[in-house]
Amino acid sequence: MIKMEYYLVVSTILMFVGIYGFVTRRNLLAMLISVELILNSVDINFVVFNRFLFPGQLEGFFFTLFAIGVSAAETAVAIAIIINIYRNIRNIEVKNLREMKW
Amino acid sequence: MDYTSIFPLMRAELTLTAILVLVFLYDLIAGKRGHRWFSAVTCVLLLVQVVVNLVPGPAGELFGGMFRTVPMDGVVKSVLSIGALIVCLQADRWLQREDTHHKQGEFYILTLSTLLGMYFMISAGHFLMFFIGLELASVPMACLVAFDKYRHHSAEAGAKYILCALFSSGLMLFGISFLYGTTGTLYFDDMAGRLTATPLEIMSLVFFFSGLGFKISLVPFHLWTADAYQGAPTAVTSYLSVVSKASAAFVLFTTLVKVFAPLIEQWQTLLWIVTVLSITVANLFALRQKDLKRFMAFSSISQAGYIMLAVIGGSALGMTSLVFYVLVYLAANLAVFGVLSTVEQHSGGRVSLEDYNGFYRTNPKLAVMMMLALFSLAGIPPFAGFFSKFFVFASAFKSGFYVLVFIALLNTVISLYYYLLIVKAMFITPSDEPIATFRSDVGTRISLALCMAGVLLLGVVSAVYDGINALSFGL
Repeated sequence: MIKMEYYLVVSTILMFVGIYGFVTRRNLLAMLISVELILNSVDINFVVFNRFLFPGQLEGFFFTLFAIGVSAAETAVAIAIIINIYRNIRNIEVKNLREMKW
Repeated sequence: MDYTSIFPLMRAELTLTAILVLVFLYDLIAGKRGHRWFSAVTCVLLLVQVVVNLVPGPAGELFGGMFRTVPMDGVVKSVLSIGALIVCLQADRWLQREDTHHKQGEFYILTLSTLLGMYFMISAGHFLMFFIGLELASVPMACLVAFDKYRHHSAEAGAKYILCALFSSGLMLFGISFLYGTTGTLYFDDMAGRLTATPLEIMSLVFFFSGLGFKISLVPFHLWTADAYQGAPTAVTSYLSVVSKASAAFVLFTTLVKVFAPLIEQWQTLLWIVTVLSITVANLFALRQKDLKRFMAFSSISQAGYIMLAVIGGSALGMTSLVFYVLVYLAANLAVFGVLSTVEQHSGGRVSLEDYNGFYRTNPKLAVMMMLALFSLAGIPPFAGFFSKFFVFASAFKSGFYVLVFIALLNTVISLYYYLLIVKAMFITPSDEPIATFRSDVGTRISLALCMAGVLLLGVVSAVYDGINALSFGL
C-alpha cells in the first residue's frame, strides 16, 4: 500500500505549482487554471486524511464533494467574466488590463 | 426532528429566503409598469425583514450542530440587513437608467443572495457550512462587480475580484484541510478542544487567516481592493466596502475566539503586524489618490485595520466595540457613497477630487452631509465616529497593546489630513465649472437621512452601545 506521505507530497507540490502559476502567468485563463490546481490539491488533502487517518468517518469526503461543486460554480462565473473582457478588448492578457492603476 | 423549532432559530435566514423568492417572482410577473416600482417593493420587503428580526432570537443549534446561533449573531445580521436596505435605496436612480433598467431584478437578487451567504457564514458551526456561506457571499459578488457589462472598467474589476476570491478561498481551504488532518473534526467546538499549537496547525492558521484577510482586505492581501472598488458600479462599491467587510470581520472574530483559542499567542502576533500594516500603508496610499472611489477604497482598508484593533484582544469588550464600530462605519461610509453615487448619476460620471471643487456653492446640503460623514470617519468628537474609535482603542488598550494603540492614534492624525482634503475641495477651493445644482431622488434622500441620523445619534444615544454590550461574548 502506498504511504500517506507520498500523497501529501503530491498535493503540496500541486499547491505551490498553483501559487507559482498564479503569480507568474500573464494570461487570465492560465491564472484560472493555476487556481484550479490549488483547489485540486486541497481536495486530495481532504480525501487522503479521511482515508488514512480517520477511516471511520466521512467528513473529508463530504467536504471534497462540496469543494468540487463550489469551485465549478466559481469557475463558471470567472470564465463568463473573462469572455466578457475578451469581447471588450479582444484579448485576455493581463498587461492590457491596466486602465486602473495606483 | 421538530420543524417548529427551526423558525425561531433561523428566523433571519428564512425571512430573507422568502424575500429572495418574492423578488424573483416579482421580476418575472411585473410588466414594464411594475418594474418602475421594483426598488420600492424590494426596500419595503427588506424593511419588513429588518423589523421582524430586530429583537435578537434565542441561542441554539440545528442540523446536528452545523448551524448554531447566539443572540449576537442576530444583532450583526440586522446591521447587515440595514446596510443592504440603504444600498438598495441608493441604487434606485442608477438602476432606472436606460442601460441598466432591464436587469434591475438581477441586481436585487444577487445582492440578497450574497446577504444570505453572509448570514450562513456568521451562524456556521462547522467548516463546511462556513465555506459554503463564504462562497455564496463571494460568487454573486463577483457578478455584481462585473455588472456593467459593456463598461471595460467594470469587467476588469470583476476579473480581478473573482481571481483573487478564488485564490484566497483556495488558500483558506488548504489551511482547513490541515486542520482536519491534525484534529480529525470540522466542527468548531470539537476542533477548539483538540488544537495543540503544533507547527502544522500554526501554518494552517496562517493560511486560514490569509483567506479571510482577502475578504476584509487587510494590507498584505489588499491588492484587489482599489481596482475592484474603482471599477465596480458605485452602489456595488458601497455594498462591498461596508456589508461584505463587516460580515467577514465579525466572522474572523468569532472563529478566532471559538476555534483558535488555543493558538491565541500566534494570532495576536499575526494581527498585530497586519493591523499596523493596514492602517499605515492604506493611509499613505490614500494621500495620493485623485479618484474618490479609489480614495474610499484605501480609506476602507485603514478602517478595516481599526476594526482589527477590536479583534486583537478577543475579549467581550472587543466584540462590543467591533459591532458598534461596524454600525457607525456603516452609517458614515454609506452617507459618503450616497453622495458620490447621486453626484455621479446627475453629473454624467464625475467622481474625481477636482470635480468637487466649489461643491458647497452649488449643492450646500449634500456638501454638509458629506462633511459630517467624513468627520465621523476621521473621528472628530461630537460625531459617532469618535465614540466608536474610542471604544476600539479602549478595548485594545485594556488587553495590553499599548504600542499598537499609539501607532493607531498617530495614524488617525494622518487620516484626518486626507479626509479634510475633500472638505477643503468642497468648501474652499473655487472652480470654473462646479457640479451643477440638482435635486436628488427620493430613495437617495431617505437613505441619506437615515445615515445622518446614524452619524449624529449613534454616539450620543448610549442605549445602542449598552444593548450590544449586553449580548457580547469573548474568550
